[in-house]
Amino acid sequence: MATSFSSATIPLHGSQENRLLLPPIRLAPSSSSFLGSTRSLTIPSSRRLYHAHAARRSPVVGVQEVVKDKKITNTLLITKEEGLVLYEDMILGRSFEDMCAQMYYRGKMFGFVHLYNGQEAVSTGFIKLLTQSDSVVSTYRDHVHALSKGVSARAVMSELFGKVTGCCRGQGGSMHMFSKEHNVLGGFAFIGEGIPVATGAAFTSKYKREVLKQDCEDVTIAFFGDGTCNNGQFYECLNMAALYKLPIIFVVENNLWAIGMSHLRSTSDPEIWKKGPAFGMPGVHVDGMDVLKVREVAKEAVTRARRGEGPTLVECETYRFRGHSLADPDELRDAAEKAKYAARDPITALKKYLVENKLANEAELKSIEKKIDELVEEAVEFADASPQPGRSQLLENVFADPKGFGIGPDGRYRCEDPKFTEGTAQV
Amino acid sequence: MAARIHGGAGAGAATALSTFNPKKLVAPSRTNLPAITRSKRYIVASGSDASNKSLRVRHSQKLIANAAVAVCLLSLILHELLLFEALQEGLEEEMDRDPHVCVMGEDVGHYGGSYKVTKGLADKFGDLRVLDTPICENAFTGMGIGAAMTGLRPVIEGMNMGFLLLAFNQISNNCGMLHYTSGGQFTIPVVIRGPGGVGRQLGAEHSQRLESYFQSIPGIQMVACSTPYNAKGLMKAAIRSENPVILFEHVLLYNLKEKIPDEEYICNLEEAEMVRPGEHITILTYSRMRYHVMQAAKTLVNKGYDPEVIDIRSLKPFDLYTIGNSVKKTHRVLIVEECMRTGGIGASLTAAINENFHDYLDAPVMCLSSQDVPTPYAGTLEEWTVVQPAQIVTAVEQLCQ
Repeated sequence: MATSFSSATIPLHGSQENRLLLPPIRLAPSSSSFLGSTRSLTIPSSRRLYHAHAARRSPVVGVQEVVKDKKITNTLLITKEEGLVLYEDMILGRSFEDMCAQMYYRGKMFGFVHLYNGQEAVSTGFIKLLTQSDSVVSTYRDHVHALSKGVSARAVMSELFGKVTGCCRGQGGSMHMFSKEHNVLGGFAFIGEGIPVATGAAFTSKYKREVLKQDCEDVTIAFFGDGTCNNGQFYECLNMAALYKLPIIFVVENNLWAIGMSHLRSTSDPEIWKKGPAFGMPGVHVDGMDVLKVREVAKEAVTRARRGEGPTLVECETYRFRGHSLADPDELRDAAEKAKYAARDPITALKKYLVENKLANEAELKSIEKKIDELVEEAVEFADASPQPGRSQLLENVFADPKGFGIGPDGRYRCEDPKFTEGTAQV
Repeated sequence: MAARIHGGAGAGAATALSTFNPKKLVAPSRTNLPAITRSKRYIVASGSDASNKSLRVRHSQKLIANAAVAVCLLSLILHELLLFEALQEGLEEEMDRDPHVCVMGEDVGHYGGSYKVTKGLADKFGDLRVLDTPICENAFTGMGIGAAMTGLRPVIEGMNMGFLLLAFNQISNNCGMLHYTSGGQFTIPVVIRGPGGVGRQLGAEHSQRLESYFQSIPGIQMVACSTPYNAKGLMKAAIRSENPVILFEHVLLYNLKEKIPDEEYICNLEEAEMVRPGEHITILTYSRMRYHVMQAAKTLVNKGYDPEVIDIRSLKPFDLYTIGNSVKKTHRVLIVEECMRTGGIGASLTAAINENFHDYLDAPVMCLSSQDVPTPYAGTLEEWTVVQPAQIVTAVEQLCQ
């Protein structure tokens, strides 16, 4: 299997100019095509990149259109088993999110719910390469990341319904999916807030290797969006990750819109992958609507991280088919743009690939879809039947050690304000 | 067996501080001494005029005489050091004890820490365990939190507490909340520490008191150290605690000198410290104001008053047990703090005391706090922003009428 990171001539930044369709700011955002997805850029070998920061011009990096190459050489990117795993995961993500929308409009869940329809290729492409001990950090659009990582659909659905059986006992909600067992470190409501946490998890990995002398190859993947890439925490963490060569992969799910703010209207240089080399790590751009391309890039990035070669910044061009959240009327985005990306639906694309390359037939895929439908239905039933949290749960888990409330060593509330626990917290 | 530890004068403290030198081995019954010593001896020797009240001994009930003597001698082996050295000792002992404890902050490694608290640690433990971070408080505090979630026990240093305003996002949203939001799955055993408070003409931005901003964050504990003894004890306790703890140090207290025990000890994070028992009035204070209060106490004692001084130490949660017992005895409360008047620790404490001990009060709770001004540079102005001993004396006289 040829790696997409083959060394080739690096076209320097200057020579790219005539190929860039960087629109002037006054153009309406929806009418401009996104940059780079159909372009084949090349990436230097990682050794050259290591010295990149010494170069005056940051090297342009990207990924070749591996799939096209593959078809020419007649080697498949995935085996049948892998293909079915990927397909099932994406179908799970899609069905689950569609069910979420239904449940929300039926009044079973409340608040802010952000759905992942259309972006499944990114989650599946990256997370299906990880082991259980690797960590994933996400944003508020985290249901599918949790599902891909292995959290059961039941646990996620219960959490959304706010029931005790949820993965966070109902205390987190849609935007705060955590799982100690599967190393899902959240679920954060503020954008950019999870990136330092991911950096910390990667730091622990390095610490375990170098200080505690344990065999630790765990990598961390931080998922976030295009809006986050204008936030200071992102840059601070890129710096630290590259500086300490942390085993982390920064995955930008660039779906072009931060609620109603177009990426092109808010960013001086919209090509986010370029920001990687500025800090001394490879920046890769990939078509996020194609799970196989994402998976190829992910393999390389994860291998880099496990070998201790440091972080990678991967920009996935993707699109969300629904609005920012279920409360978003989604009137601002152009219908033509939506149609264009709907035609590149990652699930349809993978299905086509599997069928055309005789990896699976329609019947098998249909049975997977049916299985997932039943799984999601069952998750809803389970969540419906689960109990709501009781009053006693309100003050549990605020502190890992309840002495933080002022409970003395004998277990009685000794030091604390007696009115604290009975106070106004009578909901 | 009674013993008196002689305190010499002159602590080598910063000149602005009083000459009261807490050269006493305070081991009240509630302090956590390690299991080695079961003594509940309580020895106080004050450097001030010898009065009967200042020397009080209570014996434990269950000691065999020989063991008592042995233990007695053991807990009397002391060594003298400065407050920043005490912090360093505490930190070093914990890092020796548990390899998961690490330090992160600006200039903590090669530079040894701006206030020398981490001096020599990078040489001993390596550059990864004592991590010199770039200047990005939000990100490295978040990094510490992420590391804590995945198994390490970081001690995050803010070069000045005021810089942690930049890390407020991480401290509030992640440090305090993630244990709860994750349904108890992840613990965040971080210690966030740094010097704060009004120093010597450091200007407004370096003289901030962040305890008032952090106190509302659910899920964190806050402690303030004031002597080398409790600095080391609180540092160790904070590192061992499973909760996120913010340890407030004070810029002017780093050079305080005291004799502390050789043997290992930790201080209870939620307990207040009885500095000077008394009968007439309860004065609650913490950090640097403790020394202003003790200076005022000398004057008050000469005037015939008998103040009970409690260093509350635990800013969140308040030790209402100790405070309550004191209020029930004296019926008058004066709070002396360095926080701003509006929304400070004193304001919360006043509310808590009024709510819980209203029946025991003979007079309204009085709270002396700093002025609500950005700390000016000029020496005279700066002096007037914080509470001075003379004001404390006046307030006590007023309350005790």
